[in-house]
Amino acid sequence: MKRGLQGNEQEDGGGTSGGCQKTLKRSRKQRREKDLEDEEVRWECLPQEILLHVFQYLPLLDRAFASQVCRGWNEAFHMPELWRCFEFELNQPASSYLKATHPDLIKQIIKRHSDHLQYVSFKVDSSRESAEAACDILSQLVNCSLKTLGLISTARPSFMEMPKSHFISALTVVFVNSKSLSSLKIDDTPVDDPSLKVLVANNSDTLKLLKMSSCPHVSPAGILCVADQCHGLRELALNYHLLSDELLIALSSEKHVHLEHLRIDVVSENPGQQFHTIKKSSWDAMKRHSPKFNLVMYFYLYEDEFGPFFRDEIPVTHLYFGRSVSKDVLGRVGLNCPRLVELVVCANGLRPLDEELIRIAQRCTQLSAIGLGECEVSCSAFVEFVKMCGDRLTQLSIMEEVLVPDHRYGLDDIHWE
Amino acid sequence: MVVNTIHWFRKGLRLHDNPSLKDSIQGSDTLRCIYILDPWFAGSSNVGINRWRFLLHCLEDLDASLRKLNSRLFVIRGQPTDVFPRLFKEWQINRLSYEYDSEPFGKERDAAIQKLANEAGVEVTVRISHTLYNLDKIIELNGNQPPLTYKRFQAVINRMDAVEMPAETITSEVLKNCVTPISEDHDEKFGVPSLEELGFETEGLTTAVWPGGETEALMRLERHLERKAWVANFERPRMNANSLLASPTGLSPYLRFGCLSCRLFYFKLTDLYRKVKKNHTPPLSLYGQLLWREFFYTTATNNPCFDKMDGNPICVQIPWDRNPEALAKWAEGRTGFPWIDAIMTQLRQEGWIHHLARHGVACFLTRGDLWISWEEGMKVFEELLLDADWSVNAGSWMWLSCSSFFQQFFHCYCPVGFGRRTDPNGDYIRRYLPILRGFPAKYIYDPWNAPDEVQKAAKCIIGVHYPKPMVNHAEASRINIERMKQIYQQLSCYRGLGMDVYIWDSPPFDLRTEEASRMRGETSSSNLKKSRRFSLQAPLTQRICLTHGNSLNPEVVVVVVVVVIISIPFIFFQLSNFREWAGAYHPLCCRANNNKYNCCLFVLFFLLLFVCFKIAQ
Repeated sequence: MKRGLQGNEQEDGGGTSGGCQKTLKRSRKQRREKDLEDEEVRWECLPQEILLHVFQYLPLLDRAFASQVCRGWNEAFHMPELWRCFEFELNQPASSYLKATHPDLIKQIIKRHSDHLQYVSFKVDSSRESAEAACDILSQLVNCSLKTLGLISTARPSFMEMPKSHFISALTVVFVNSKSLSSLKIDDTPVDDPSLKVLVANNSDTLKLLKMSSCPHVSPAGILCVADQCHGLRELALNYHLLSDELLIALSSEKHVHLEHLRIDVVSENPGQQFHTIKKSSWDAMKRHSPKFNLVMYFYLYEDEFGPFFRDEIPVTHLYFGRSVSKDVLGRVGLNCPRLVELVVCANGLRPLDEELIRIAQRCTQLSAIGLGECEVSCSAFVEFVKMCGDRLTQLSIMEEVLVPDHRYGLDDIHWE
Repeated sequence: MVVNTIHWFRKGLRLHDNPSLKDSIQGSDTLRCIYILDPWFAGSSNVGINRWRFLLHCLEDLDASLRKLNSRLFVIRGQPTDVFPRLFKEWQINRLSYEYDSEPFGKERDAAIQKLANEAGVEVTVRISHTLYNLDKIIELNGNQPPLTYKRFQAVINRMDAVEMPAETITSEVLKNCVTPISEDHDEKFGVPSLEELGFETEGLTTAVWPGGETEALMRLERHLERKAWVANFERPRMNANSLLASPTGLSPYLRFGCLSCRLFYFKLTDLYRKVKKNHTPPLSLYGQLLWREFFYTTATNNPCFDKMDGNPICVQIPWDRNPEALAKWAEGRTGFPWIDAIMTQLRQEGWIHHLARHGVACFLTRGDLWISWEEGMKVFEELLLDADWSVNAGSWMWLSCSSFFQQFFHCYCPVGFGRRTDPNGDYIRRYLPILRGFPAKYIYDPWNAPDEVQKAAKCIIGVHYPKPMVNHAEASRINIERMKQIYQQLSCYRGLGMDVYIWDSPPFDLRTEEASRMRGETSSSNLKKSRRFSLQAPLTQRICLTHGNSLNPEVVVVVVVVVIISIPFIFFQLSNFREWAGAYHPLCCRANNNKYNCCLFVLFFLLLFVCFKIAQ
């Protein structure tokens, strides 16, 4: 081990590139004269930087194999640079087809590299055991300072199935120890208000991204506390029930940096649910403060729940309707969403959407992408729509069944993009 | 010399357009047409009873047609590799013919047989007739890579030579002096077996909705063309309640078993189009169904892992759930969604479902609701679906589950709304799920929402007589769309309509910096490689992706810091304050007055710096 290090230091002493050239020249001469053994020496002497560079391209498994070649390479395997970013994959054979990160490797990372970890994500399958394993690892990351943390359920949201207290205590360990957390992705988890307070208390200066859609234990007050304290927050994802006028005002306060993305999931838990409204003045304040921010809204509602939406102008840029949406609502979208950039309509009733689409093309001058699922549009209205949008339409995705041939155009006449 | 010939039927169960059979007849003195059936395989394989019945119908029909030509079909029990050496010897065979099989498993089997034939001195005749084109030619024309999008495939097809004309039908004129030696006990030894003989329980089996055989296939072709001519509309008919039911003009199972030649179908369509549209050249879309089939055969022919996710280079690795219970509910039509259950019941009873119904149930099982691997769904279709062909089945499943061939994933078919739009009255549901017959149209697609009085009046209580829905579709589809997005974000070259796909792709979360993407290579390098390939043929216009570069490369930081530190003494030196400064602060050099000492000091300083630098590293 020492020998390898010394060799590298000597080379570095003579300037990295120069040293490298020398070795190469020497080896070329030697190759002409001598045998294979020298070539092995040359491999061993590969400068650590280059080795690092090579290692960064290798998958973990190959790196592990390479680390068994010699001490120098083994040394390189453990270089902190290679352990800054790690994705823990936690799967159970009973619930997933994918392989999990080997337990021994996890142990080794916690033992030797936990202080190197900076960008960490956990990919967890739908079993509770995997979610618990992820939390066990989290609670051992005591002496590390994470910059990003992602808890990702790859199938069903399994963090929701584990005991809340266990989850919270594991997460709090990270919040307390990492004083410089900048991105946090904790969708579909039982995170709650007190734990968010801990987050804010320790990371308020650095937090830039917070993604927490479908976290049922967080209240509007909890998220408001985050918005009040974390002035650097630029990207935020949450559910509609957490959105309030106060939150928007807090995000558009003078101390706060410009918001870049706000994503809101509007999900109906039970049919006929009543939704609150957001004042136009709050949206206007937001728009004034962050004129370029993206407002992304996902709707998973029943048709009769759209009452409070799109009554006033709203600065939404990306709209996704996951369930059936009425012609009436789409008509209102055309009237009240001047900043719309992307629109996806997954389903609609049996009547064609012709006028609504044309109106959207007219009024939403930024619209550049559209996707239509189970809807009906007459061919001539569709052609008209495409003509009106013209060049700015960069994405067009429409199921063939959507288009209804009419007297002017048949399906053959429409060219597909 | 006497020429004794065997024609080996596998697919291509027909006498029309059978070029390998026709070519082998020329110059032959005797001909025996055989079909090899593995009786052990029949009982244990996962091919369902409907498919076996269809096959037996085909064989019976073939036998009947051959009988008219004073010949017979020889059904032989056993494994091809065991059967052939025996037959070669017993019948003194010197010629063997069969239709080319493009699928990897078939190619392997045929190579083994070819070897056996060579060893026995038997000449082998192989012709392509299951597909329109020579698939290897398509691949060659596409730069030795199978095309991965249908659009690309169409572009290649446009550059191919015209489809070959169907071969002449086998008649007694074609056979001429070629005879089939038939023994007295032919039926006993080589007869077509019954389902019972294969070990199937046939009690309560209803008559086949899809009777197999070449005769039936040709009759259907005529009807199919007649109807097209009558409608004079060559577009794909719009889906309605009627199109969900088995149609007497449907052809797909016949194409699968080769009872109908795809080339015959192709040319009949062309002729009809020319006649109706007055000599216009037909567009490629006229042959949509045939070309999709061709497309999947082409992509599968050199990929033995085409039916798997693991090890399949064109399949996106998706972390599907393993959930046998949910799978069983889906496969047996107990999901609690009448639309899904009715389709699965129809599939099990009749062996065929409409292609949009396939979309519906496939989406429900995979990316839409249950998040179960497409491989599991494919296996169920393999068992039940008459027209399930290895390549086409696996390809369709990959396509519908968004695992390959780039379909948009933004949209999930709604298991309630989709059916309601197609058949607002719900007659289709009532036909296949009689238990729900009493429900009014308003509730038939979501009976769990019906008030208690309605359920009572319908004599069907949800949760007792018919299951409650197994998932909350809104919630499941929301979660699954997020999952899909996660996966496609990793395929960095994907540029679909993914809503805010690119938005969350910002640093520092997913580390777009060069260093980080290298880091990420450790887990998704295979995906990235794959995606590069996809990107060449990405069907949608490229979007300019927002790359944020605000996280600094640490190497750059180190270099900048070092340069700054090094430049400090120079600045001091230039200001000629260096000696004073050094004298004041360095106890080692406090008496340094001459140039020698100056140099020493300098060297020392750099050494110190260097050590610092090393430590910092």
